[in-house]
Amino acid sequence: MPTKSYLEAIREGMRDEMRRDERVMILGEDVGAKGGVFGTTEGLQAEFGEWRVMDSPLAESCIVGVCIGAALYGMRPIAEIQFQDFILPAVDQIVSEAAKMRYRSNNDWGVPMVLRAPFGGGVHGALYHSQSLEAMFCGVPGLKVVVPSTPYDAKGLLISAMRDPDPVLYFEHKRAYRSIKGEVPDEEYTVPLGSAAVMREGRDIAIFSFGMVVHMALEAAERIAADGFECEVVDLRSLRPLDRAAIVSSARKCGKVMVAQEANLAVSIASEVAAIVAEECFEYLDAPVMRIGGPEIPAMPFAHALEDFYLVTPDKLEAALRTLAAY
Amino acid sequence: MVVARSHAVTRENVDADTLRTLYRHMLRSRVLDERMWVLNRQGRAPFWISGIGHEAIQVAVGMNMEPGRDWLAPYYRDLALTLVLGMTPRDHILSVLAKADDPNSGGRQMPAHYGSRAHNIISTGSPVTTQLLHAAGIALAMKMRGEDSVCVTSIGEGSTSGGDFHEALNFAATHKLAVVFVVENNGYAISVPVEKQMATPNVADRALAYGIPGVSVDGNDVIACYRTARDAVQRARSGLGPTLLEAKLHRLTSHSSDDDQRRYRSADDLAAERAHDCLPHFRSMLEDLGILAPGDAERLRLELVAEVDEATAFAEQAADPLAESALLHVYAEDD
Repeated sequence: MPTKSYLEAIREGMRDEMRRDERVMILGEDVGAKGGVFGTTEGLQAEFGEWRVMDSPLAESCIVGVCIGAALYGMRPIAEIQFQDFILPAVDQIVSEAAKMRYRSNNDWGVPMVLRAPFGGGVHGALYHSQSLEAMFCGVPGLKVVVPSTPYDAKGLLISAMRDPDPVLYFEHKRAYRSIKGEVPDEEYTVPLGSAAVMREGRDIAIFSFGMVVHMALEAAERIAADGFECEVVDLRSLRPLDRAAIVSSARKCGKVMVAQEANLAVSIASEVAAIVAEECFEYLDAPVMRIGGPEIPAMPFAHALEDFYLVTPDKLEAALRTLAAY
Repeated sequence: MVVARSHAVTRENVDADTLRTLYRHMLRSRVLDERMWVLNRQGRAPFWISGIGHEAIQVAVGMNMEPGRDWLAPYYRDLALTLVLGMTPRDHILSVLAKADDPNSGGRQMPAHYGSRAHNIISTGSPVTTQLLHAAGIALAMKMRGEDSVCVTSIGEGSTSGGDFHEALNFAATHKLAVVFVVENNGYAISVPVEKQMATPNVADRALAYGIPGVSVDGNDVIACYRTARDAVQRARSGLGPTLLEAKLHRLTSHSSDDDQRRYRSADDLAAERAHDCLPHFRSMLEDLGILAPGDAERLRLELVAEVDEATAFAEQAADPLAESALLHVYAEDD
């Protein structure tokens, strides 16, 4: 099986689906001749033309609102928000319109739209090119939210998202674009929305995470395995809906639970996973649930030392895992 | 190219049958709208938000659209427009009484939140101005498919202060999309008069900034509205791009059934606006021209009242939504 980067897998997912389904179109800033600021849409305008791969004005509400309209008319639009940090002007369109369209019309209308946005830090993006804003959308019924951590899932989840009849927010970790490589079939395949993946089996501590932190967790798990502690690393992949059964299964099996994410912890995915574990695994727990994430500061600062302070790293996870293992 | 705003609309080339149909649509909406107020004041309907005073432009625009081909992204005063496109008094009384078979939303949304796939009317929520971008997206899809359909979208002048107004006009103009932006300028954003909302005398003047035509028309003059709407729809259909069409008219009711405009407007102002009501003005004109014979208007009114009576009786017998149905249709797979 060929090895591809996370970014190549995303591009291939869009390209293949655009070849298969002429309703698929992309609207976003710099997605055309430039191919996106990260190169995600490179070559797509040359292949599919200026209408199907369209440069938008610098107006995020416009990008999402126009895609909603096109979806209502029967297209399968992909709205690209250049950085997730800039999604906020589009929140009214996402939450008030796309998320509620099917419900408020009593199933008369739906919005089959994918919204792609790079998120996450570790690239010296400072406050407004580093955020992880997923929690803002994961409490909104009517939306689906996915975050791939591997190139295989990046392509498979994206194809599923493009074929889904409802709006899917597809958040891609920008630091993964070129640093994460993996096996990706050339042919088409799908990864179902709503399912977590066990990345490493273990019996002592269940670690739930998503995005780049999955890779940190895998590294930390290897380090403490040398001392006889076996972690089960679960990539949540789908943040709305969460794969409740997978969470409960791994938590009960291990009896100790860590939830690790890049965002600050208050009212977050980690909070929700911890609540599920408290509700459904109480009698199985051998230690309090441990949550690891960013500090409660507005966003990730620029300077090297400040950014490092913010980020979850294998070292920080290893230390926390040793504490949890010793409990 | 910028086309100047024009009030120079003549009454030529609108035939008698069209005039009679315009009048019938306007009166039908008025009769239904008045029934909604009665149902609200009787305590049978929790809420109503009215289009009384807005009928002329809505009927004029609707009569220039092709049902089944053209699309509408409406706002909450567009009762008359939805009726012209084929929705019925039954549909809307089911909605005001929040019945399960309400085609707009199955009783989920407040009344006057219009939508019907069968009529190419997209579902609209309560945040204002968002639908203008949907109209631009619909027209983009129409253009990508090589169709010559048109998408009409409408708002009040109050909503033109929001950012989506700018983003939608800019996008539609840039790509020469087949959108007709209709601004129903009644001079008030709930209680705030237009001079406290914007420094320009006409919303249509802003078209200059987008490189599209802006036309301001007397929204109480249905014939002027009809001709202006016809030009805008034809322009869009022929691929020349969007038009910003502003109709200046009067909101002859309070903002909604929960508002009382006597608290912020003088009795003299309200009486003066009543004197400009588009409907009796049009009726007198048609009677003067002999297009309506003596007694015609009253016979028509009684016929329309009977239709609304039947629709009211029908809707009152209809089932309420089942409580558990609240969980349905969050996603497609919930069906």
